[in-house]
Amino acid sequence: MLALLRDGDEEAFVSLVSRYQQPMLRLARSFVPSQAVAEEAVQDTWLGMVRGIERFEGRSSFKTWLFRILVNRARSAGTREHPAAPTEPLHAVDPARFNDQGQWADPVDRWIEESEQRLDAAAWSPVLKAALEDLPPRQRQVVLLRDVEGLSNEEACAVLGISVGNQRVLLHRGRSQLREILESKMGKR
Amino acid sequence: MLSLRHKDIVCQQAVELVTDYLEGALSRRDRRRFEAHLRACPNCTAYVEQIRITILLAGAIDAEDLTPKAREELRDLYRGWRRE
Repeated sequence: MLALLRDGDEEAFVSLVSRYQQPMLRLARSFVPSQAVAEEAVQDTWLGMVRGIERFEGRSSFKTWLFRILVNRARSAGTREHPAAPTEPLHAVDPARFNDQGQWADPVDRWIEESEQRLDAAAWSPVLKAALEDLPPRQRQVVLLRDVEGLSNEEACAVLGISVGNQRVLLHRGRSQLREILESKMGKR
Repeated sequence: MLSLRHKDIVCQQAVELVTDYLEGALSRRDRRRFEAHLRACPNCTAYVEQIRITILLAGAIDAEDLTPKAREELRDLYRGWRRE
């Protein structure tokens, strides 16, 4: 694939675009104020990829390299990152769910024992997408890279330029919040 | 994330340790306490399972296909870049 790209193979480029355009748009959107600016940042990234592919040395995975270009472009296109907003939940689970001894006040639902239909991934896709959009940007960035795109923690840290510890805190809050949203919808299916 | 001063952890502490646990970031001692808590607590076991399912579902988000128009626009851009 890399060799084809270096040779300027058009089909290789198109297949790359088909694979990464939407994931990159989703990530870019967490940095910039509008879809139009996100699209520009992604387009800039493709240009940067085409121009830089000769110099890509394979020290990181191609995906990490590509997402890093994107994050750099998106950041300079207009960041909307801000220090942790006070509305970000500090608890993985609403404290009201625990009794005075810190134990669950009510039993926790076992999702896995439910019908397969309830855990049909395709059916949950729209819910997950909407829930991701509701996450604060920095949490969303980490969850997108780690859980949606499947990057390792080192790769996600390299893409975002954050520490492993910081990444873990953001991942924890992001995943906790996604779980809570899923839980609120599970009962209704 | 939390310092565990007491021998046993309670559910409210356990839920804050799940990510560190899944990331392999707990000290050996904290991991043992966490796992001991899970063995004794069906609720927290179910909770960890919910988090795992959340991760699975996030990984299964379907990437919507590009419209043929968007694909052709990018193809044209690429041709332009190659000519430069």
